[in-house]
Amino acid sequence: MAATETRLFGAAIKRREDPRFITGRGQYVDDVKLPGMTYAAFVRSPHAHATIRGINTASAKAVPGVVAVYTGQDCKVGGLPCGWMLPGIKVPTRPVLAAGKVRYVGEPVAVVIAETPYAAKDGAEAVQVDYGPLPGVSDPKKAHQSGAAALFDDVPSNQCFYWTIGDKAATDAAFKSAAKVVSQPLRNQRLIPNAIEPRACVASYAPAMGELTLWVTTQNPHVHRLLMAAFVLGMPETKMRVIGPDVGGGFGSKIFVYNEEVAVSWASKTLGRPVKWTAERRESFLNDAHGRDHVTEAEMAFDASGKITGLRVKTHANLGAYLSTFAPLIPSYLYGTLLSGVYKIPAIFCEVWGMLTNTAPVDAYRGAGRPEATYLLERLMDRAAGELGVDPVELRRRNLIPPFTDGTPYQTPVAFAYDSGNYEPALKRALEMAGYDKARKEQAEARKQGRHLGIGVSTYIEACGPAPSAVAGSLGAGAGLWESGQVRVHPTGSVTVYTGSHSHGQGHETTFAQLVADQLGIPMEHVEVVHGDTAQIPFGMGTYGSRSACVGGAAIVLSLDKIKEKGRKIAAHLLEANENDLTFEAGKWSVKGSLDKAKTWGDVALMAYLAHNIPKGMEPGLEATSFFDPPNFTFPFGAHVAIVEVDSETGQVKILKYVAVDDVGRVINPMIVDGMVHGGIAQGVGQALWEHGVYTDDGQLLTATMMDYALPKADQLPMYESDRTVTPSPVNSLGVKGAGETGTIAATPTVANAVLDALAPFGVTHIDMPLTPDRIWKAVAAAKK
Amino acid sequence: MKLPVKMTINGTSYSHEVEPRMLLVHYIREVVGLTGTHVGCDTSQCGACNIIMTGQAVKSCTLFAVQADGAQITTIEGIAKDGTLHPIQEAFWEKHGLQCGFCTPGMIITAYQLLQRYPKPSEAKIRHELEGNLCRCTGYHNIVKAIQYAAETMAGK
Repeated sequence: MAATETRLFGAAIKRREDPRFITGRGQYVDDVKLPGMTYAAFVRSPHAHATIRGINTASAKAVPGVVAVYTGQDCKVGGLPCGWMLPGIKVPTRPVLAAGKVRYVGEPVAVVIAETPYAAKDGAEAVQVDYGPLPGVSDPKKAHQSGAAALFDDVPSNQCFYWTIGDKAATDAAFKSAAKVVSQPLRNQRLIPNAIEPRACVASYAPAMGELTLWVTTQNPHVHRLLMAAFVLGMPETKMRVIGPDVGGGFGSKIFVYNEEVAVSWASKTLGRPVKWTAERRESFLNDAHGRDHVTEAEMAFDASGKITGLRVKTHANLGAYLSTFAPLIPSYLYGTLLSGVYKIPAIFCEVWGMLTNTAPVDAYRGAGRPEATYLLERLMDRAAGELGVDPVELRRRNLIPPFTDGTPYQTPVAFAYDSGNYEPALKRALEMAGYDKARKEQAEARKQGRHLGIGVSTYIEACGPAPSAVAGSLGAGAGLWESGQVRVHPTGSVTVYTGSHSHGQGHETTFAQLVADQLGIPMEHVEVVHGDTAQIPFGMGTYGSRSACVGGAAIVLSLDKIKEKGRKIAAHLLEANENDLTFEAGKWSVKGSLDKAKTWGDVALMAYLAHNIPKGMEPGLEATSFFDPPNFTFPFGAHVAIVEVDSETGQVKILKYVAVDDVGRVINPMIVDGMVHGGIAQGVGQALWEHGVYTDDGQLLTATMMDYALPKADQLPMYESDRTVTPSPVNSLGVKGAGETGTIAATPTVANAVLDALAPFGVTHIDMPLTPDRIWKAVAAAKK
Repeated sequence: MKLPVKMTINGTSYSHEVEPRMLLVHYIREVVGLTGTHVGCDTSQCGACNIIMTGQAVKSCTLFAVQADGAQITTIEGIAKDGTLHPIQEAFWEKHGLQCGFCTPGMIITAYQLLQRYPKPSEAKIRHELEGNLCRCTGYHNIVKAIQYAAETMAGK
């Protein structure tokens, strides 16, 4: 396959998406405008927990411009489905519009449809809801205690599931014989995703055809179609089309099926008119699925030589008031399975209590479970290094899994078998780039002068490319997690690629065009990439878990292989040569040894469609559809280093240097991968230092605007220095691993470790995130006492 | 009650009758139909709605349409001239200063004013001036690089 060695694979090619975005010509959902369109506004619960004693819609209906007002009594479609089951799980019904009771602030109670967005808002304000407030609970551990507010009659102690992984007996034994045990309670705080484009949808039902078209901010149009058509609206999939046009960031929050798109679809069907809804930012804070929110007790056992012998974890995971689409998966199979990190840990036991609370539902947010696992491990490693009196890097080195790059996987004690790994070089490179040894000397000097420099190191492992479908199915998935890739060659030789994965900033239109042009030896300009429309693309699972290249890309390659195979037969036929004597290079089939005898890609494509002279019995045309079901996850890894300075008088943290060395396997477009790493780092730093979705104990959200929830800003962040090692994945034909979440996973513990390293002279060993000036100052002040 | 407004947007004159409470950004997007100006928040934090109004970069979600009566406005659609990208647009493309593209119009408008005021900005100056624009994709790294690059190319012209 000489073609794959050409320059397009691996080249930093500028994105073809950009001209429309930099000129203001992107087409996002809120830009869709249809004749006769109406607008929806939702009435949301101001209470964390309350009975609904009555709803009066009369005055809302009298507002000029209001077309209709619907409550849960009207909109009686199926509840929002949960797509992942665990043993013994209790799945409470999640109504589209609350009926009888509300269970979190922001839960939709009624929807007003009007001729203009402003009239819809007026109408929503005029809806009168009589609430009977109930006690609420927002903390997952407190929700477990007796006497806590109960969300559902049939969910005792608010416990949705109890899940374990690992070997309890072996782990207990490891702790019994340990030379040293390090323990640390940890809170991995709640985050609110905040893609800059708020969620939106436009539903248009055509009564004459019985067809529903839904434009929606989605990361997975087919998943939206399947769940909504089959489980909620009860209509044939063939009568529903879902379009995810330009989508302004997702980070997980746009995977899920939400109340609003269902209510709006149902309203359009009921009214026979298009209905649009666009979230205001406050609504995004209230009803987008949140991330993280774990309360954990973690302990690590060591032998006398500083080698880890066991890890014991108990986590209360906050799921919110109802189960979002993939909620049970995140704190179970995407968390407990990553607890080995890049370390050889003989025994691990992890228990997770999935708890319902009076808060917004929690689901996948960039990293999803893996950041929680990594933070836990890497904080424990630093705590242990401190207690053992070993340099944190040295302690990590002692425990790294040795290289395995020959295709033999590394089996962890928590189910996953890593595909390939070579962890030391990434750590070494990161330390080199950061000037680790020199930085330690500078730190010692600075301490003498009363300045508090901190050096934080974190390794990480990540599981990408979900997932082998049979494995996913056996673990509770309601879907197969393969991906589709269709390649259609046109008579002139130009190519349209249809991918089931979806771009909401990742640059698929460029990366996949690059991949296809590279493999076919044709100019990139001759390749178009189509995604995001169920009427155009074959069934696909969409984009999350850094799966687009390693699953979606591999599916496209399967189709390219089929096309090249057919092309070779046509070329051999035209050249009157044996097909085994042909080479395919630079868009041309040539006869080995007599290179002047050749047929170009265009010749072959044209003949496939003319069909005047193709092998006997061959069907005309040149296209293929493939479905790639990966044999395993891929496991990117790396090491990050941060150097920070903490002002102990004010608690301010300044990041002086940030180094990221990632191994994401082979890279198709390094510019795009670097960009994703940068963005991931910013989100990871955001969690370490600023971001926190805060609920009061009884469930009132205190951070419901961008004034209260601190998103990272340009002047708080440094330039990032990044590099890569390359350990190809044996799991897919491209050798790619996935790069969308690495930065987020690594940056949080890296920066948290750096800040706490800076505070070590005060005897401060841990502060729960976010490490705000307030918290740092208080910890230092308390330590000084 | 509706009030008349008249303004020039990207060189074209528009006049309509609008509700006094209509936000300028809604006027631009919904009434005039220029959808490049985006709404990312409701508290004037994100800057996705930035436009140039009478020489100043302003958040169009924080003004009523009637307050812009008589104004000269440039939106992202008016930054390129005669089909030629502005150097700032070129720079965002060249330096991969965008991913999902949603914050990009506001970022470019902010950069436009920034480079008018400070043709040779330091990195710290650029970062400070971007304080009113949020991006969730890029970690700002390549946005800063793009503005530095634009400053260089514009100085060369």
